[in-house]
Amino acid sequence: MGHVVSAPGKTAAESPRPQKNYLNEQSGLWSWLTTVDHKRIGIMYLIGIAIAFLLGGLMALLVRLTLLTPDHKIFGSSTPILSAEAYNQVFTLHGAIMVFLFIIPSVPAALGNFVLPLMLGAKDVAFPRLNLVSWYIYVIGAIMAVASILLGGIDTGWTFYTPYSTTTGGAVTLMTMAAFVLGFSSIFTGINFIATVHKLRAPGMGWFQMPLFVWGIYSTAIIQVLATPVLGITLVLLALERVFNVGIFDARLGGDPVLFQHFFWFYSHPAVYIMILPGMAIISELMPTFSRKTIFGYRAIAFSSIAIALISFIVWGHHMFVSGQSQMASVIFSFLTFLVAIPSGIKVLNWVATMYKGNVSLEAPMLYAISFLLLFSIGGLTGLFLGALSTDVHLTDTYFIVAHFHYVMMGGTVIAFIGGLHYWWPKMTGRMYNEFWAKVACALTFIGFNMTFLTQFFLGSQGMPRRYYNYLDQFQPLHAFSTFGSWVLGLGLFITAGCLLASLRKPYDAPDNPWGGTTLEWATQSPPITHNFEGQPVLEREPYDYRPVGAKVGH
Amino acid sequence: MEWIRSLMLPLQGSEFAKEVDSLYMFIFWLSVVLFIGITIATLYFAWAFRFKPGRRTEHIAHNATLELAWTIIPLFIVIGIFFWGVNGYTKYAVAPGDAFQVQVVGKKWLWQFEYPDGSRYVNEIHLPVGKPVQFIMTSEDVLHDFFIPTMRVKHDVVPGRYTSVWFTPAVAGNHHVACAEYCGKGHSDMAAKIVVESQAAYELWVKEGPADLNRPPVEVGRDQYEAKGCNTCHSIDGTRGQGPSWKGIWGQKHKMKDGSEILVDENYVRESILNPQAHILEGYEAIMPAFQGLLREKELAGLIAYIKSLQ
Ligand code: HEC
Ligand SMILES: [Cu+2]
Ligand SMILES: [Cu+2]
Repeated sequence: MGHVVSAPGKTAAESPRPQKNYLNEQSGLWSWLTTVDHKRIGIMYLIGIAIAFLLGGLMALLVRLTLLTPDHKIFGSSTPILSAEAYNQVFTLHGAIMVFLFIIPSVPAALGNFVLPLMLGAKDVAFPRLNLVSWYIYVIGAIMAVASILLGGIDTGWTFYTPYSTTTGGAVTLMTMAAFVLGFSSIFTGINFIATVHKLRAPGMGWFQMPLFVWGIYSTAIIQVLATPVLGITLVLLALERVFNVGIFDARLGGDPVLFQHFFWFYSHPAVYIMILPGMAIISELMPTFSRKTIFGYRAIAFSSIAIALISFIVWGHHMFVSGQSQMASVIFSFLTFLVAIPSGIKVLNWVATMYKGNVSLEAPMLYAISFLLLFSIGGLTGLFLGALSTDVHLTDTYFIVAHFHYVMMGGTVIAFIGGLHYWWPKMTGRMYNEFWAKVACALTFIGFNMTFLTQFFLGSQGMPRRYYNYLDQFQPLHAFSTFGSWVLGLGLFITAGCLLASLRKPYDAPDNPWGGTTLEWATQSPPITHNFEGQPVLEREPYDYRPVGAKVGH
Repeated sequence: MEWIRSLMLPLQGSEFAKEVDSLYMFIFWLSVVLFIGITIATLYFAWAFRFKPGRRTEHIAHNATLELAWTIIPLFIVIGIFFWGVNGYTKYAVAPGDAFQVQVVGKKWLWQFEYPDGSRYVNEIHLPVGKPVQFIMTSEDVLHDFFIPTMRVKHDVVPGRYTSVWFTPAVAGNHHVACAEYCGKGHSDMAAKIVVESQAAYELWVKEGPADLNRPPVEVGRDQYEAKGCNTCHSIDGTRGQGPSWKGIWGQKHKMKDGSEILVDENYVRESILNPQAHILEGYEAIMPAFQGLLREKELAGLIAYIKSLQ
């Protein structure tokens, strides 16, 4: 395998075990809370989203447990596991926490923060202090969200549809303000990454020498900056209506409830891509590294990220085919939706093709990448049912939707995120995780995920609406099976967490480049020093170039 | 192949359902083929090119023909699906001019129907087989969604505007109506029943109301308690819900919000049902829907007798 870079000072392969690195150069809680080091901020985000994922995940298990039997009781208990009101609150919080506190910041803010500057050969992001501010804003938003649980909870669904959300009790205003605040964190991170990509690339790194992870995060950042303000404004309008009775969305006050849905999805559809593009970005790293072969169709993947980012702004109406929007609008949105399917499909085929004639090893990150390919394909293909108008009429607002977006968000983004976490874990912590347990956990997660959610396509097709506390007896077997699946899935995720955390008790044992990666983050020590590289690295070869040194280079 | 369809999709209650299902099954088989293709390719490559130390890999950066092919071919396929979907949607969106029109009001958490002759029903209606019917819908409070899985139709029910769905029932029997837009506590209980039957049976139903109204009043009342959705708010075992339980209230004196005390008797119960806003019980919200014009005399008498019987 070729040397990708010349990192002055030492060669990538045999560096001594790091004495001095970003983790131990300074110590104490204060040094973390005041750090402007992108790597430490990335770790702090990681801790934040891990807590959010745990909370949201436990709520999901609770929701599934409640649905195990039609009377919501288990083991002959006399009271239901959750009352109808509690159930509505728990599924709402599950959605809100997973979307706003976990998935949106997961890849960009946690992994992206850590990896992006390293990949560019930079010392830090363009605005390190703004980066820290983003993290604090995230924490404030998270605290507001958790406070709203304690101060009455919310039962609106994560979509906050009016007029339900403006008329129901509970802490809806606080929760919407939490999402509003979190939006700023997202915007600041986006601005920071855009500036970093434009300004801080290593000498020799043109746009088409950037790793595809950077392309993905860059596209995401564009959406974050352009779409998130719309969500902010919408939520402020919602709060205005709730608190001051300004008639914007409520028909009784002269407003229009469908308008809210337009505003909401104008953000939230692009947000779907804020969530999935970073997942795709990780897969574009894993595939070539573990195939030891250049990525197939670099430009197609890079451009499709940008294409997805742009088209994602004009398809929001596909969430509203039965909402009362004009029928002509539905037809147009359906057409545009099918267009956005193409770039995603192209990417999948490019990743599969990358393995062809490669030298493919199946360490845990690669197993996650392959899981992603299969699960994301199911997520994408079931999107065809929903993009087509007549079938969407039957399937929308049923469990089919629930299954579809879990295949994309969880089977796609979360699986990619966990894959990426294993991939960069040695770089971030300086330790190798236990490969055996990581593989076991990956297999359990994969099996449990499919048990939980494949079932739900059937439930939805048969006419089981979503957000239902009670259901017809005929659906019980499938609901029960889905709940069993959630236990397997939960077990897989707990083992994953245990396996990664257990590695922290070992001394540093990770090589600088354990996977033979070709991008710049592997050219520094594990874990990196505070300034990332000793001296300015210079890019000499394109990323993913596995030809021996001396061979003709260039695409 | 029919059994595979019936594994996934409910009974086909109308021609439109068949139209939807044909596209559903087309996309299903297409997806199965593509998914198997991707899976086999992935697993085969992982196995055929499995790691061997020192193996040289080929530098295949792209292949214009291949990439063009897998862009253009899927593009044509999805455009085909798009038109197929639009075709079905047009049928769903445009009701025939002679459709029988039923007005629907959705409210937390019941469905109220009004026929052209002014008769009203809650949570259950009958329709003749083979006649197109159009539902013109609005909501009294929040968003709801009128969803009939066996007919493959669904549309949001929006406060402050009218939306509609139509279909031609082709299969006699009971068809389930569900609320598919989240609307709070009783969302999953907001169900209705559409009984599709022969023209003769339908006409008899219109004339007489359900034949079983001639049973003893307490039995009629017990059925009405569920049929009209009273059970979403009132329990009969003493537990408090959105509204007070009915257990043992007969003959008691109840305190109202305005401070007055009223004896629970025929008149009070009658008024509480027909015009609940007249007296609001202390400790409760004025959320009970008015049933004025929604109950036949025998049904109302049945409910009163039923409440009386719950000692
Ligand atoms: C949306 C919830 C809801 C539904 C549905 C509902 N009620 Fe009520 N009902 C209430 C509430 C709340 C009260 C107490 C406040 C009031 O007096 O209006 C009440 C009060 C009453 C009372 C007076 C009880 C007392 O103890 O003084 C009667 C009788 C009654 N309802 C009958 C019915 C009947 C019969 C139906 C079905 C045809 C029905 N309700 C459906 C919510 C509901
Ligand atoms: Cu969307
Ligand atoms: Cu509902």
